[in-house]
Amino acid sequence: MKRFIGFIKKEFYHIFRDRRSLFILFGMPVAQIMLFGFAITNEINNVDIAIYDKSNDVTTQQLISKITSSKYFTNKQRIHNEAEIESVFKKGKVKAVLIFEKDFDKKLTKNHQATVQIITDATDPNTANTISNYVNSILKNYQQEKNKEVKLAYQIVPQTRMYYNPELKSVFMFVPGVMTIILMLVSAMMTSISITREKEMGTMEILLVSPIKPYQVIIGKVFPYIFLSIINAAVIIVLSIFIFKMPVEGSLFLLGLESILFIINALSLGILISTISETQQTAMMVSLMGLMLPVILLSGFIFPISSMPLPLQIISHIIPAKWFIIILKAIMLKGVGISFIWKETLIILGMTLFFMGLSIKKYKIRLE
Amino acid sequence: MNNQNVIEAQKLTKKFGDFTAVNAISFKVKKGEIFGFLGANGAGKTTAMKMLIGISKPTSGEAKVVDYDVYTQPELIKNNIGYMSQKFALYDDLTVRENITFFGGIYGLKRSEIKQKAEALINELGLHEVAADLVGSLPLGWKQKIAFSVALLHEPKIIFLDEPTGGVDPITRRQFWEMIYKTAHEGTTVFVTTHYMDEAEYCDRVSIMVNGKIKALDSPTELKKQFQVASMNDVFLKLARG
Repeated sequence: MKRFIGFIKKEFYHIFRDRRSLFILFGMPVAQIMLFGFAITNEINNVDIAIYDKSNDVTTQQLISKITSSKYFTNKQRIHNEAEIESVFKKGKVKAVLIFEKDFDKKLTKNHQATVQIITDATDPNTANTISNYVNSILKNYQQEKNKEVKLAYQIVPQTRMYYNPELKSVFMFVPGVMTIILMLVSAMMTSISITREKEMGTMEILLVSPIKPYQVIIGKVFPYIFLSIINAAVIIVLSIFIFKMPVEGSLFLLGLESILFIINALSLGILISTISETQQTAMMVSLMGLMLPVILLSGFIFPISSMPLPLQIISHIIPAKWFIIILKAIMLKGVGISFIWKETLIILGMTLFFMGLSIKKYKIRLE
Repeated sequence: MNNQNVIEAQKLTKKFGDFTAVNAISFKVKKGEIFGFLGANGAGKTTAMKMLIGISKPTSGEAKVVDYDVYTQPELIKNNIGYMSQKFALYDDLTVRENITFFGGIYGLKRSEIKQKAEALINELGLHEVAADLVGSLPLGWKQKIAFSVALLHEPKIIFLDEPTGGVDPITRRQFWEMIYKTAHEGTTVFVTTHYMDEAEYCDRVSIMVNGKIKALDSPTELKKQFQVASMNDVFLKLARG
C-alpha cells in the first residue's frame, strides 16, 4: 500500500509539472463548454436581411416592421432593383432577401392574394431553412391577426408542445455531448499517453524489473485520472447548471455514479490503447482518430443517429459515448431513475469489462 | 547451487516463433565479479538478460539467479537485483530527491531508511546543489551516476547494467567504471552488457555472444591469449566474422 501511495504521488508530480497536460485537463473542459454553450448554436439571432419593397404601401411597411422588430432579423439594407439581389448575396452581406411584389396592398384587398418572395443563401442549408421557416411563421401570424373577424369553414389548429426542452435551447443538447467528449478525451487519451510515456522513456522496463506488480503499475497510473476526471465532470455539471441553466431533473447522485462508470470505461479504453501503441504520438493519434471522431460524429451528439444510413447506425451501437449521452439526457432533462436507463448502464458496464479483459490479455502477451 | 555462484544458466533458450534469439546458452557468474556480457546488436544479449531479470519467460533451459528459479520465483529475483538500462532509469520531471524517494519506495524501503540513504547518496556524489533540481536539467553523465546509485539503493545482490555508458564522454565513462569497481569490491555482483571493447578489458570475465550463442567465455587476458591477439577488440572481430 505504501508503494502504491508513493506511485500515485509520483503520478501527480508528472501531471502538475507538465503544463500541456494541465491545460488539457482543466483549461479544455471550461473552454469547450463555453464555446459550445455560447458560440456554437443552432438557433438564429439577428440575421442580416435585405428588403426589396416594390410596392411600399401600408401593408408592406407593417409586415417589414413586424419582421425586423423580432429578435431574429435585422434589416441591413434596402434594395432597389433586381441586379442588386445577386450582388448582396455575393458580398455575403445578408443571409436572405425579401421581395414584396408590386401593388401588394391592392392585390391583397382585390384578389385576396399577394406574394412575398423569400430568397435565402443556402450555402448553409440549415440556416437557410430556419430563416425561411421563421419568416413564414411571422407572415402566418400577421395573416391570422388580419383574419380574426372572419370565420373559416374548416380549421385545424396544431398545438405543439416541446417536452423536456420547451425553449429548444441548443445548449441542452451540447452539454451532455461536450461532457462525454471531455471525459473520453481526458480519461482515455491522457492515460494512454501517460502509460506509453513510461514505455518510451524506458522507465516502464525499470518498473517491471522492480518488485511492484504490473497491475499495480497500471492502477497507479490510472488512479489520478479517475480522480481528476471526477473533478472535471463536477466542473462541467456546475458550469452548465449555473451559467446555462441546464436542469438536472433526476438524481444528482445517479448522475455522479453513471459518470464514474463512464470514466472507468474511458480509462479502460485508454489502457487498451496503451497496450497496442509504443509511442506517445501513436497513442495520441489512436485516441484522436479512434475515439474522438466517432464520439463527435456517431454518438448522436451532433447528428441524429436515426437519420444515419443503416451501417453507421449499427456502428454507433458499439460506441460507449452514444449510450452515455442517452443516459445523461435522460437524467438531466427527463429526470428518470435507474429503472429507465438500466439497459444503457449495463451496456457500458459490459463494454468496460470487455476492454479491461482485452487489455489484461494484451498486457500479458507483451510480458511473455 | 554452489555458494560461490549467483547466476547459473543451463541451456537457456528463447524462441520467438521460428527465430531463436538465444540458443541454449550456459554460463555461471561468481559472487562479486564483474561479468561482461558482450555481443553485436541483435546477438541476443538483451533477450538473455531479460530472462535473467524475470521479465521474459525462457522457452526452455534452466536458470537460477540469486538462488531463485527464473520460471517459478521471478518476484523473489526482482527483490534481490538492481537494473539500469541504456535508456534512462530516472524521471526527468522529478527532482533528484523525488526520484530517490520514489524508487526507494517501490522497492519497499522504510521512509527513514530512504531519507538516510538519500542523504548518503547526495553526499557521496556531491549533489547538494542540485538535489532539488529536476533530473531533466542535469548533464547526461550525472544522470547516469545517479541512476546507478538509485539502482543500488535497496542493496541488491546483483546489479544488471544494460549498456550503461552509451553516449557519454570518456571521462564520465571512466568515473562510471570506478563506481562499478567500488560496487563489486563491496560484494555486489555486476552483470554488464556493452559493446565498447575497451570496457570489456575492465571486466573480470567476459562472454561473447554471436547469433544467439556464447562463442567465448573467459577472462580478457585468457581470451587474448587464446585468440593470439593484442586487444579485446580483435577477439571480438575474429569471433563476429566467424
